[in-house]
Amino acid sequence: MPWTKIKAEVNEPDYGHAGEGEGRRLDYAAAIHEALDQALSLDPRVFVMGQGVDDPAGMFGSTRDLHLKHGRERVFDTPLAETALTGVAAGAAMGGLRPVYFHNRPDFLFLAMDQLVNHAAKWSYMFAGAVKVPLVLWACIGRGWGSAAQHSQALQGLFFHVPGLKLVMPSTAFDAKGLLMAAIAEDNPVLIIEHRMNFRQKGLVPERAYTVPLGKGALRRAGTDVTIVGVSQMATEAYLAAEELAGLGIQAEVLDPRSLRPLDEDLILSSLAKTGRLVVADSAWKTGGVSAEIAALAAEKGLDLLKAPVRRVCCPDLPTPAGYTLEQAYYPGAAQIVATVRELLRP
Amino acid sequence: MSISSARLVDLYRQMLRIRRLQERIESEYHLDEMKTPVHLCIGQEAVAVGVCAALRSDDYIMSNHRGHGHYLAKGGDLPSLVAELFCRSTGCSQGRGGSMHLVDTRVGHLGSSSIVGGGIPLGTGLGLACRMQGLDRVSAIFFGDGAADEGVLYESLNLAMLKKLPVIYVLENNQYSVCSPVGARHSGGSVFHGVEPDRLLSAKVDGNQVEEVLAAAERAVARARAGEGPSFIECLTYRMRGHAGAGSDAHLGYRPEGEIACWEQRDPVTGLAERLLTAGHLDHAALAAMDQAIAEELDQAFIFAKASPLPGAEELGLHLFSE
Repeated sequence: MPWTKIKAEVNEPDYGHAGEGEGRRLDYAAAIHEALDQALSLDPRVFVMGQGVDDPAGMFGSTRDLHLKHGRERVFDTPLAETALTGVAAGAAMGGLRPVYFHNRPDFLFLAMDQLVNHAAKWSYMFAGAVKVPLVLWACIGRGWGSAAQHSQALQGLFFHVPGLKLVMPSTAFDAKGLLMAAIAEDNPVLIIEHRMNFRQKGLVPERAYTVPLGKGALRRAGTDVTIVGVSQMATEAYLAAEELAGLGIQAEVLDPRSLRPLDEDLILSSLAKTGRLVVADSAWKTGGVSAEIAALAAEKGLDLLKAPVRRVCCPDLPTPAGYTLEQAYYPGAAQIVATVRELLRP
Repeated sequence: MSISSARLVDLYRQMLRIRRLQERIESEYHLDEMKTPVHLCIGQEAVAVGVCAALRSDDYIMSNHRGHGHYLAKGGDLPSLVAELFCRSTGCSQGRGGSMHLVDTRVGHLGSSSIVGGGIPLGTGLGLACRMQGLDRVSAIFFGDGAADEGVLYESLNLAMLKKLPVIYVLENNQYSVCSPVGARHSGGSVFHGVEPDRLLSAKVDGNQVEEVLAAAERAVARARAGEGPSFIECLTYRMRGHAGAGSDAHLGYRPEGEIACWEQRDPVTGLAERLLTAGHLDHAALAAMDQAIAEELDQAFIFAKASPLPGAEELGLHLFSE
């Protein structure tokens, strides 16, 4: 089943977000494309590299034809050599450029770990700030179409663990553009993990160049009964769940952290002060991951705010199966969030 | 190509300075004030000095865990290096790097990785940055025969050849990775010597003869500046000391009988001294004066380092991110 059949092209939920009131409705890939186009135009130090960034697919449309406008010197295909090319990008960043290195899937980042974790993320600290590494790595989590165990991994938990690396996971077209532009302007390595499901959505995106600050989460829906923190595409699922819960008389507050490192702790804790209940929904495995860290935040800094135990909605600790019946059983969504919240609020 | 006597004397002085620093570290290491795993480059001085002599101050180098020589040969600040060995706030990495992580951006030394082979793609990326910015700088990468085991060398060279990057890959074949001889790890000579010269200029030189290293490096630099692409220079040399720490490790028994003695006959520093004396470029009095001046410089650097403050706990969290 092709991607286009897995999820219909839909408008993003109307979050009523202040920044999204303006602009045109763009699909998610077009928002990323516009960020790259503007960054390439505004800053001669910026360049885009990656396997297939100049091919007809253009990274799901995010990079399509950018090489025609900005030239093949600044938008170029790379050998299939993730280890070295991550180091090459980091080295180019040390040499004064601002590379944006695209990967089709986070699964391939395992090959980049040595250069990303051992080198790029440590260079500032190891040399006391003498050398900066303004590097952006981008990868997009796959899902559906039988992608299976090596083309669908949501690896944010692994990268969340690494000091010196900023980690961004947008869920709206507005944020995809603004966070990418912020990441490119950042003087430190930033990993942006996108989600293939987000690419089926359209949102309001201003034409102007703008940034969304790293470390600032977004309130997607106000509520009083429970806080749902949704990471990446689970932020959308959390919103859909909250709409359904409203019909049942439950007012859920939905938060989208947008960046995980730095994490907007204040946003989460101040919401907990209001609701006293926390559900964390992540598109990744449960054990040792992002949901565990956010739950730990609540336990360490918000225990006296909690009226009930923290609950998590995540993928089971299993590799992703290919078959669609198994896939359906594997991925949680709005239904699981609704069920979890109802269980949490059961008197 | 002939090297002027004055230049050769200067190369000798640089090599001697690196040698004497290593010996000073060895003589003080047992005091345990340098709490950092040192990887001495005694026996390999001609590689660092010969390559860096072909570079400009604004050219880049990428160094590795055995990097004291690279740092000094590129013009890195000596007191900052010694202070780093003592993990002081005045060290080049303010006590965060230690012996394996030296840096001096003023002279194009952008850091050193202690992951074997880790600096190879970074140095390649520096070459890419030079190219994309239209600079005529080059990037020279020092790595050992252990790093030549790593796949990242193939990946990096492939890109450098593809894009004709101004990068000089300097393989310091010192015969050992820790205790493992190169013959136990490689099926023969480096496969990169077999690449067509228009894609990759390769050379195999006596890494203990600074004149040979310099000549090869100058050819590589000229090619890189002309936009003709990367070079691969294998420098045959020998690690006279153990992998890490001070002193000889001959007692461990992993080196064939007589091997160290054989290489001592080819010592890059004393060998050059003899050639300079024979040619009449220097006399014994000048050699002694040179040695004395270096000793005094080292004295000052060690005094500076030991008198420098240690970083306090309040500095622990600094510099994780560039502000």
